[in-house]
Amino acid sequence: MTDAYIYDAIRTPRGKGRADGSLHEVTSVKLSAGVLNALKDRNNLEGHAVEDVIWGNVTQVKENGGCLARTAVLASNLDQSIPGLAINRFCASGMEAVNLAANQIAGGAGDAYIAGGVEMMGRVAMGSDGAAIAVDPSVAMDTYFVPQGISADIIATEYGFSRDDADALAVESQKRAKAAWDDNRFARSIVPVMDQNGLEILAHDEFMRPGTDMQSLGALKASFKDMGEVMPGFDKVAMMKYPHLERINHIHHAGNSSGIVDGAAGVLIGSKEFGEKFGLKPRARIRQTAKIGTDPTIMLTGPVPVTHKILADAGMTISDIDLFEVNEAFASVVLRFMQAFDVDHSKVNVNGGSIAMGHPLGATGAIIIGTLLDELERSDKEVGLATLCIASGMGAATIIERV
Amino acid sequence: MTDFTMKTDADGVAVITWDVVGKSMNVLSLEGWDDLDALVDQALADDAVKGVIITSGKDTFAGGMDLNIIAKMKASAGDNPAKGLFDGLMKSHGILRKIERAGMEPKTNKGGKPIAAALPGTALGIGLEIPLACHRIFAADNPKAKIGLPEIMVGIFPGMGGTMRLTRKLGAMMASPLLLEGKLNDPKKAKQAGVVDEVVAPEELMAAAKAWVLSEPKMVKPWDEKGYKMPGGEPYHPAGFMTFVGASAMVNSNTMGVYPAAKALLSAVYEGAMVPFDVALRIEARWFTNVLMNPSSEAMIRSLFINKEALEKGANRPDVADERVKRVGVLGAGMMGAGISLVSALAGIEVVLIDREQAAADKGKDYTSAYMDKGIARKKATPEKKDAVLSLITATTDLEALKDCDLIVEAVFEDVGIKAEMTKKVEAIVGKDTIFATNTSTLPITELAKASVRPDQFIGIHFFSPVDKMALVEIIRGEQTGDRAVAKSLDFVRQIRKTPIVVNDERFFYANRCILPYINEGLRMLKDGVEPALIENAAKLVGMPLGPLQLTDETSIDLGVKIAKATKAAMGADYDDAADEVIFHLADEGRMGRKSNAGFYDYDEKGKRQNLWQGLRDKWSVADEQPDLVDVQHRLLFAQVLEAVRAVEDGVLTDIREGDVGAILGWGFAPWSGGPFSWLDILGAPYAAERCDQLTAEFGDRFKCPDLLREMADAGQTFYGRFGTGSDSKAA
Repeated sequence: MTDAYIYDAIRTPRGKGRADGSLHEVTSVKLSAGVLNALKDRNNLEGHAVEDVIWGNVTQVKENGGCLARTAVLASNLDQSIPGLAINRFCASGMEAVNLAANQIAGGAGDAYIAGGVEMMGRVAMGSDGAAIAVDPSVAMDTYFVPQGISADIIATEYGFSRDDADALAVESQKRAKAAWDDNRFARSIVPVMDQNGLEILAHDEFMRPGTDMQSLGALKASFKDMGEVMPGFDKVAMMKYPHLERINHIHHAGNSSGIVDGAAGVLIGSKEFGEKFGLKPRARIRQTAKIGTDPTIMLTGPVPVTHKILADAGMTISDIDLFEVNEAFASVVLRFMQAFDVDHSKVNVNGGSIAMGHPLGATGAIIIGTLLDELERSDKEVGLATLCIASGMGAATIIERV
Repeated sequence: MTDFTMKTDADGVAVITWDVVGKSMNVLSLEGWDDLDALVDQALADDAVKGVIITSGKDTFAGGMDLNIIAKMKASAGDNPAKGLFDGLMKSHGILRKIERAGMEPKTNKGGKPIAAALPGTALGIGLEIPLACHRIFAADNPKAKIGLPEIMVGIFPGMGGTMRLTRKLGAMMASPLLLEGKLNDPKKAKQAGVVDEVVAPEELMAAAKAWVLSEPKMVKPWDEKGYKMPGGEPYHPAGFMTFVGASAMVNSNTMGVYPAAKALLSAVYEGAMVPFDVALRIEARWFTNVLMNPSSEAMIRSLFINKEALEKGANRPDVADERVKRVGVLGAGMMGAGISLVSALAGIEVVLIDREQAAADKGKDYTSAYMDKGIARKKATPEKKDAVLSLITATTDLEALKDCDLIVEAVFEDVGIKAEMTKKVEAIVGKDTIFATNTSTLPITELAKASVRPDQFIGIHFFSPVDKMALVEIIRGEQTGDRAVAKSLDFVRQIRKTPIVVNDERFFYANRCILPYINEGLRMLKDGVEPALIENAAKLVGMPLGPLQLTDETSIDLGVKIAKATKAAMGADYDDAADEVIFHLADEGRMGRKSNAGFYDYDEKGKRQNLWQGLRDKWSVADEQPDLVDVQHRLLFAQVLEAVRAVEDGVLTDIREGDVGAILGWGFAPWSGGPFSWLDILGAPYAAERCDQLTAEFGDRFKCPDLLREMADAGQTFYGRFGTGSDSKAA
């Protein structure tokens, strides 16, 4: 088996995913091509430098349709001999791209890959690609489908997290993200988005609300209470699957759930030989990858079993991990992870997460791997684990270690 | 004589008239189907025919399908009933599709002959599915007529194109109450809902249909035209998306996942919405076949349709002359007496309502008055009707008024002494032929009959509360009760349009005998540390209308305490008091159930049920390890069905049909299962017996496999196989 290394990891700043967001004018293809060009320029990737571009994207319709990965390659300055593979594992698509690339290299299928992803949530709305699991009655009823917000609230109810617990985590995410930006901790990764004239469109994460406190969050209305309790009454469906629960405690709202944003990220992954050939220095080894399926109704508990799996596969224990990135899809997902492994919050999402900076679905998995690597280097630690919960009940994880 | 005939008039309008001989309402048989098919062919081929009207020779259009059609289709493909059904359904689709296309060119939609449906009255099931295939539906303005597709109520769905046509005509959202709830409308409301196209005065029905047929109307259905879009959006249209996501959640939670028909219906709607109409019909046929092959559907049709009707028509009535009631005396004007008076007067029976105080008697009569006022407010009754009903009820304290009553229903306080005193007093006044019925839910009839000088004319009639809502009446034969008393009770129940079962006299008769173990099993689990929400949800998820704790709140804790004490006194050492601690504790806490706004649940000041009372978990701490859902459900169901089997063994039940129908109507026993005996048949006796052994080992002798079930398990028998479904289904 060939070891796969991360040589570079970059991302765009995250724009608000709506009409007044700074990136709203940028197409998915352009944003993706910008990331590919930056990776090419930073690493001198001339000719058939990489075997493939594996690109995650969740909502593959309209401008994201028709194999966005290949379109992005052709719209970039990469050589046309590099193909493109569009993939979808919902929120872990960007991570799955990285993991697939690492495993292709491990198996001997090529020396290097670009892996990453993009989501322009303000341009192509989440859910607009349809989803049989939600719409097809015979599937939706058999799997006790409920929307993710309900699932996040089931986690809170089942594992005993209060609204205050969730809000405190959100406040901390905002605080940490601001501190990280103030301290320039993302400097190595952030690639500003430029227009065709070389003019800057966005250079910083614009979703953050640094002043957020418990009081301001306390004023927000629970987002999923009505759909749970009134129309169409998803709580009853949840209780069919979790009959020991009397009521669902609706604790999530816009302030303690991940933000809807636009953004893209890319990671350059290659073998040792690739680095030598291009004169590049590896930053970290991708030590282990994992994915798993879980109950689709509670849906978002995947980080726990997939972490058990990846640790077992790697022959490691939780104490071997120095830092964690657990995607802040909803506060309860992170709370459950810390509870299950008894991990202190000081080791998890130390520079803030998707609650503060936003969660561009197809890109986030690649983003948090880059964020984890930057922080391992900054704090001079060795081993990091990144994991995400995934729609329809899945989990994905990656362990990286510095070299 | 054929079910359909055709006559073409001078203007070239062929009128196909549906008139099944010897039936008060048309029902569709396979032979009728062939008749209609041939007549449509003939009309389309005949150059003299310009258009067609399909109507009825009766004052209604049709009541539905002869359910034997399903059995015949199943049998038609030998050992592959699914194929027989599917082929039969596709053939039916072909007939209706021929009406709908009416000879139009497939590509241009040109040509063809207009076909109108003219409905003089009620049109249900296939009686609406045929009109839906026609090009225009005319309904006579007959407020009593019911129009709709009630199939879902008996565990199937409209599978003769009704599902596909109605969703395409109205959209999934607007069609859903009609399909998923089986909502019936009168003609005017049916037009508002978009089900029928025109409502006309009854005498103008045929003329209006004829005028339309001759007007060279546009015939092609929207779904056969290019660019058709489903109203409200197909599933992946943004609007349709929300409808479908919500519909699955609602159907799932409303059916608690145990009724296959609603799910199959919704699946057919979804899959059918995205393909051309002919493909959609094939999809509908596949799902309908799937539902008809489901043992739950078969059991529901058997219990809720066939056997319920058979019992209502007197399947177990002794062979004696007409005993219909002319004048009933009701003793005691409390809740039960007031309700019995109401349903009797509604059926046109004269009522003498007796209580000790005139005010109490009047209050009992007021119940009927209030009921009629509600009906008037809802436009279901008129002030004249109210006057007529009230004029039938004489509220008095004077026992002499009972003189001419041919039936007495005694509904006084549940006390042997008081009941005995009333029996003696009243028997001294009434005629020698008068039947004396006692309404009791717990007291042995044979014991009460001791007070009677005519024990052969003494019988138990157990009404369920509230009388006007509950469909079941349990008739109890005492040891000496004679056939005429049974016949009288059955005729009375038929008059008041309820469903009777006739059982023999043993403690708690049939219904309460089964309900009490259900409640007690719930209480035991609570005591043993099962999370109370799990107990309640497990019950609902297996189709019980109320969890055992909620049921106890509704019937009241003090009643439970009273029954427990009385039963213990009567049974002595044999009494198992394991569950009593729970209700005694609630009673000590003053939590008497819904009526005291506190019980197993908390209630708000308006009496609305809130969360389970936290004190339950404080008193009986919830165990860390909780049982599997299925184990909880099996404890709750086996507690009931084993009692039903023992009721057969003890001779309380003499007909398993009564056991099944009575369980569903009496206490809402998992209707999807078809009743306790149907459920055991679905499980299979060998599995059920094995499960009894496991439950006995784990939880005690109350789950001991009854000998009858063991014997059937060993012989590989089913209840309906062993005892039959016809008049010969006597079990004892």
